[in-house]
Amino acid sequence: MISADISTVLPEILLAVYAMIALVAGVYTGKDKVAPTILFLTAAVMVVLAAMIGLSGGGTTSAFNGAFIDDGFARFAKVTILLAAAAVLVMSKDYMLRRDLLRFEYPVLVALASVGMMMMVSAGDLMSLYMGLELQSLSLYVVASLRRDSAKSTEAGLKYFVLGALSSGMLLYGASLTYGFAGTTVFSGIISSVGEDGMSMGLLFGLIFLITGFAFKVSAVPFHMWTPDVYEGSPTPVTAFFATAPKMAAMGLFARVMFDAFGTSTAEWGQVIALLSLLSMFLGAVAAIGQTNIKRLMAYSSIAHMGYALMGLASGTEQGVEAMLLYMAIYVTMSVGTFAFILSMEKDGQPVTDIASLNMLSKSHLPKALALLVLMFSLAGVPPMVGFFGKLAVLQAAVEAGYGWLALAGVVASVIGAFYYLRIVYYMFFGDEDKAGIDGTMSPVLWVFLMGSAAIMVVGMVNLFGVDGLAAAAAQTLVN
Amino acid sequence: MTVADLAFYFFAIVAVVAALLVVVARNPVHSVLWLILTFLSAAGMFVLMGAEFVAMLLVIVYVGAVAVLFLFVVMMLDVDFAELRAGMAKYVPIAGLIGVVILMQLTMVFGSWHMADGAEAARAAVTPDAAEVHNTKALGQLIYDQYIYLFQAAGLILLVAMIGAIVLTLRHRTYVKRQDVLAQMYRDPASALELKDIKPGQGL
Repeated sequence: MISADISTVLPEILLAVYAMIALVAGVYTGKDKVAPTILFLTAAVMVVLAAMIGLSGGGTTSAFNGAFIDDGFARFAKVTILLAAAAVLVMSKDYMLRRDLLRFEYPVLVALASVGMMMMVSAGDLMSLYMGLELQSLSLYVVASLRRDSAKSTEAGLKYFVLGALSSGMLLYGASLTYGFAGTTVFSGIISSVGEDGMSMGLLFGLIFLITGFAFKVSAVPFHMWTPDVYEGSPTPVTAFFATAPKMAAMGLFARVMFDAFGTSTAEWGQVIALLSLLSMFLGAVAAIGQTNIKRLMAYSSIAHMGYALMGLASGTEQGVEAMLLYMAIYVTMSVGTFAFILSMEKDGQPVTDIASLNMLSKSHLPKALALLVLMFSLAGVPPMVGFFGKLAVLQAAVEAGYGWLALAGVVASVIGAFYYLRIVYYMFFGDEDKAGIDGTMSPVLWVFLMGSAAIMVVGMVNLFGVDGLAAAAAQTLVN
Repeated sequence: MTVADLAFYFFAIVAVVAALLVVVARNPVHSVLWLILTFLSAAGMFVLMGAEFVAMLLVIVYVGAVAVLFLFVVMMLDVDFAELRAGMAKYVPIAGLIGVVILMQLTMVFGSWHMADGAEAARAAVTPDAAEVHNTKALGQLIYDQYIYLFQAAGLILLVAMIGAIVLTLRHRTYVKRQDVLAQMYRDPASALELKDIKPGQGL
């Protein structure tokens, strides 16, 4: 019994044990001097685990009395999370090292956060859900304030911590109401306790509180307030991490709970999520217009993107989940490329984040400017970039599920949002030539990630590298 | 009324009054002391319910360790809580309004509260039969057997908390003179001392 359980959670155990070994090894050897080694080793372990999970074959198994579920959906999310975390770790080395931020605890904390994220997307019980969420969140609070001598970074960590604690409280409140109604915390038990005549008032309250907690974690409006400040204040590699893996994990968890625990009442939660989606898309599009700091701009951009992903979830159909997974995978890829560029934005060795510093980048560094142009077009959803197909998939899912108005609003919001993406392109190609821009030097690693991500956005339009098929298979295991 | 009933009312009233005093006491040290009394009364109630293990845990962990730690922190930090509370008056109306709205909503929920069929049975099914298994043993079976996954996850969370506290606060100061025990032991008077004969009225 226990050995079968352990073999089901083997990837999580391996990563956790690796993190502990790396921690002890770091403490007893060169401390921060061995940080680059630990960082690359962590990334390698993550890639190996992603391969192991991805190639482990089909089937749905649950372990520990239903507290942990390993199915196609979880595997899809885990592979995305691990690859994104590994990519961000590799990208962050230069930046962190030059600013004396590369402490050996950083990769360890990222690894532990990844364990938490893997637990989140595999959760089959309200308790294991919470454990995974807290493991992830606590690690993220710490890495957000990694630059502890900077007031902004400390503020980011503290703000994230206080608001995160508040949202965890909401989530727990919803969990306890749900438990009070259903008498069990296991998702399969909760779904079978919902009677024929729909949800009772108590369970509905529990559901709303749970959604509130999740909306905070995915930074959907109106629970998005922390996002711009945390993105701006955290060290840029950490911001890159925030914009990728945790978003995928929180979305995966959101979908997991909605379908596994409340799958019979899609109409009830569908309308709530549709509202969150609508508000996120518009606020993300409108509020980003006034931003000049590229990190804050990416924060609002991520809010808007979460709105689109939530649109897929709101549909409450298998197609919707497929669209959501596809959208998230594409979003994570675009974010990795965009942040590879942001990490290289420097002037005289100092990091700059003002978008006006991109003035006439095309003159001096045409390939990079073109790559960023592709990424910006893709983020905005301009056809024929891959980002467009992600948006198309969620819009189709929403229309087919009867959320035509939401899809229409999504199109309007994406047109508004295109403005600020295009403004970056404008600065690069038609900006003021007199003003000095960024140096434009870039380490080879970042260059590879930027170009790779941009290339995927162009080449992927042929067949999306088959990711849509994988997402469809993953969605099918969740919605049934 | 049996003795147990009397004891229950005694502990319950003490717990509520002490909890109130934790919040309203002006002196933070007094607050912590009232908090300890609250914990002790709660422990008494656990004993009445037959959960001795949890009662002892409460006394040892909360009273013995956590509350004492609070006391140290309060005494060492010297935070002026009266000043912190000064801004509160400004927000009382809006906080009160939100509180009332939430209270009304919760009343609505509990007014129409009904559990799913079989919720009671599902709740009882997890725990071993209280008549057969001692409650300490039952807790052990639940925590270390059925919920081992969650237990280990909680351990990881505590590990992260520890790493975080060290990462964010530990500073290796280079300008501090540290004690080097070996260097101290290997010193001997011959190499450390030099005797000079200084004539009166002259410098070195």
